[in-house]
Amino acid sequence: MRIGTPKEIFLGENRVAMTPESALQMQKLGYECFIEKGAGEAARFSDKDYKNAGVKVLNSAASLYKEVDIVAKVRPPEDIEIKRLKKGQTLISFFYPGQNTTLLEAANKKGAHIIAMDMVPRISRAQKMDALSSMANIAGYRSVMEAGNNFGRFFTGQVTAAGKVPPAKVLIVGAGVAGLAAIGAATSLGAMVYAFDVRPEVAEQIESMGAEFVFLDFEQEQSDGAETGGYAAPSSPEFREKQLAKFRELAPEMDIVITTALIPGRDAPKLWLEDMVSLQKPGSVVVDLAAERGGNCDLTVMDKKIVSENGVTIVGYTDFPSQMAAQSSTLYSTNIRHMMTDLTPDKDGKLKHDMKDDVIRGATASHKGKITFPPPPPKIAAIAAKAPVAPEPSAEELLALEALKLKKAGSQQTALLVFGGLLMLLIGAYAPSSFMQHFIVFVLSCFIGFQVIWNVSHSLHTPLMAITNAISGIIILGALLQIGSSGFIITILASISVLIAMINIVGGFMVTRRMLQMFQKS
Amino acid sequence: MGIGIVTATYIAASVLFILALGGLSNQEKAKRAVWYGIVGMALAVVATMFGPGVGGWSIILLIPLLGVGAFIGMVVAQRVEMTEMPQLVAALHSFVGLAAVFIGLNSDILGTHGLVGAEIAIHEVEVFLGVFIGAITFTGSIIAYGKLAGKIDGKALVLPFRHLLNIAAIIFSLILLLMYMNHSGSWTLYLMMIIAFALGAHLVAAIGGADMPVVVSMLNSYSGWAAAATGFLLGNDLLIVTGALVGSSGAILSYIMCKAMNRSFISVILGGFGGSKGPAMEIDGEMIATDVNTVAAQLNDAKSIVIIPGYGMAVAQAQQSVSELTRRLRDKGKNVRFAIHPVAGRLPGHMNVLLAEAKVPYDIVLEMDEINDDFPETDIAIVIGSNDIVNPAAQEDPNSPIAGMPVLECWKAKSVIVSKRGQGTGYSGIENPLFFKENTRMLYGDAKASLDQILQSLS
Repeated sequence: MRIGTPKEIFLGENRVAMTPESALQMQKLGYECFIEKGAGEAARFSDKDYKNAGVKVLNSAASLYKEVDIVAKVRPPEDIEIKRLKKGQTLISFFYPGQNTTLLEAANKKGAHIIAMDMVPRISRAQKMDALSSMANIAGYRSVMEAGNNFGRFFTGQVTAAGKVPPAKVLIVGAGVAGLAAIGAATSLGAMVYAFDVRPEVAEQIESMGAEFVFLDFEQEQSDGAETGGYAAPSSPEFREKQLAKFRELAPEMDIVITTALIPGRDAPKLWLEDMVSLQKPGSVVVDLAAERGGNCDLTVMDKKIVSENGVTIVGYTDFPSQMAAQSSTLYSTNIRHMMTDLTPDKDGKLKHDMKDDVIRGATASHKGKITFPPPPPKIAAIAAKAPVAPEPSAEELLALEALKLKKAGSQQTALLVFGGLLMLLIGAYAPSSFMQHFIVFVLSCFIGFQVIWNVSHSLHTPLMAITNAISGIIILGALLQIGSSGFIITILASISVLIAMINIVGGFMVTRRMLQMFQKS
Repeated sequence: MGIGIVTATYIAASVLFILALGGLSNQEKAKRAVWYGIVGMALAVVATMFGPGVGGWSIILLIPLLGVGAFIGMVVAQRVEMTEMPQLVAALHSFVGLAAVFIGLNSDILGTHGLVGAEIAIHEVEVFLGVFIGAITFTGSIIAYGKLAGKIDGKALVLPFRHLLNIAAIIFSLILLLMYMNHSGSWTLYLMMIIAFALGAHLVAAIGGADMPVVVSMLNSYSGWAAAATGFLLGNDLLIVTGALVGSSGAILSYIMCKAMNRSFISVILGGFGGSKGPAMEIDGEMIATDVNTVAAQLNDAKSIVIIPGYGMAVAQAQQSVSELTRRLRDKGKNVRFAIHPVAGRLPGHMNVLLAEAKVPYDIVLEMDEINDDFPETDIAIVIGSNDIVNPAAQEDPNSPIAGMPVLECWKAKSVIVSKRGQGTGYSGIENPLFFKENTRMLYGDAKASLDQILQSLS
């Protein structure tokens, strides 16, 4: 089958859904690839590069839509693009079917199958086609660059001959993919990074990226990210108050604030209020990654950069991925390619739209003339539900337990000593003194043995066995003493004993030496 | 040589033996400690040979015997492969047992002349006990040798009424002892010997697989007690001292092994692996296979690596490849360490000896307690041929037969690579949830072949 990518017609959109690299992979799946002339120009992929990768370059978008069975693009289609769709054609792009209902209906009427890249469920298996995450990653990185661009000072702290430069303090609100990417970029530039998120379980991820988690002391059953597919859920008013108070406290210190808080299917929550901006130092920067959905900051103007009265720059751009078109095209085209791989299980260049597959079903918004949005919830939860944790025993309980153990061991030892003493008395009452002399030696040797052996290092247990083996050959003494006695049978048995005991002695010692020689320090 | 000098020599030998065992607390001291043992033994043997009680002509007989014995011992010690250590140790134990039996029989033939009253009874008990322990040690060690060398089936032999059989054998032996003391004749001793032979064989045959380290150290202990019993019999204090040292050493080793498996000594001795108390925990997830190139790439990126060897490494003779891999990774500045579980292998400390043979420096070979807390900071844990000792079911599944056994918590590492022959369960036949964990990758195939390929693809 044929797959094609038109030039994006949205103003200022530089990305492209197919790169020469992804086209090569797609051809391996058995697809014929097409591209509109100049589609990759803005992302620095020339038509020549595509040709070299075996992609047919077509002159107009209209002819491309006519030629191909599958259209892969970035932005949701515009009305004119909808018109070009054919019956049975598959369109793969960002679609936002929840917001673009009329668009979806129009596409459905044309009989096209729609696969919305933004609807790919968040499960492990689908991570490779999660375009939202790969775009968010770029946005997070770019937001730090943008902030740096508008920030008149260093990120990193320096002590120079011309004076001391304090490090910039950066606050990241919302530690999703974009937030984490921003943390990574800001810390590697040397800033001191603080991050906040309503989901307490991401604290670990934040710390792993090198930022400090802004801890909110709030007693409440926190919602579990697993219930909402790994996204944040709206918080209670009390929680919100507490959160805003914390932000107000932080605002005067923060040089750069990057807000990334989004709740699926809702307007962006207002978290950085006007009064917080007024508390900030002049020259500070706020980058609002939620600008497209109304912004987290009160003052954000979508797609614009403004300066507040007190000299705080507020960036409301929404085209961060597009600003890094070469990078984002590469990632997005790879996401598309993975989606195609899943759609082409037999690698024969034939699209197999398997509606039983969780991932494909979730991403499909329109199929065979029917609107299939919203999809049923996926069978596999995105994140495993938290297992209930058994309460840890407290310090006192542990101490009490320890004491109890010690007491038990003590009483056991006493009982053992009493019992042993009684046994000795019993033996002493009947046994002759010659036996008792040997018995003393025996008991004391046992004690010495126990004391000595406990100190043997674990790693030397095998040599220990070998050497005890060798010295248990001491039994040869018994045989030596008997060999001189009269009697043929006695001599024979004693001789055999001497022989095998000697094997034991020599073999045991030599093997021990051999082993110990091997232990070497590095 | 007079009796006084002989006794003095015995005292010196006893002290030297104690120093020899005590010296094993540290690898460097240990090399000297062996010499203490050798000197002690030489003193004891020479003093006895030239002391009272050994006739002049028997020296002529003794010299060739000692020479031949020493020669055989030397050849065996030099030829043995380090992986064959368990069976060698077991075989040597059987010699001590057999010698004890012979000496006991000889004492019976020599009779009780010169003894009076209670001394006679005690002497008879000593003879009986010496032969009894010696006989159990002898056949037990032979069966253990067969199992470890793979000459007989390693599975536990479960006879019907096996506990009753054992108890009956012991009671019957006691009756024979009473008859022997009432002068019913030497046949009681011989009959008891045969019963003890059977008992020893049966006791060890009933213990299988992963419990073998306990069996070997238990037999080590028995061989000591046999020597001690012989010492009582002959009134020889050096034998008593040495026997007691060896006996307690083996007992402690057995205790350590049992502790490491969270099992009581009794249950190990009685044989068979404890049955599970309920249905095993459901394991979800799947075993995900990986290949040598991926593993090599992962190793290139990793900073901290822990290798967990098990009996499988010994079987595949992979210790040289492991050592080479360790050397290469350490040259790249990576932190490579080994985690040894107390019951890894078939002998206490078996893995340490194998790694030492392959020239892995001993200071990067760590015990379970030393390394268990480090796993969360470890990038890659490589499990080579071990199974039960890395089984998370011991902690997570109260119904598992190994529940409560201390294990190496390798699953806490960022990723785990398991080198394994196939998908089967380990020696104990328990399913291992580790293989199904999300951060675990299975590297199927012979451990040595896999490691050699990794070495090649390691840049």
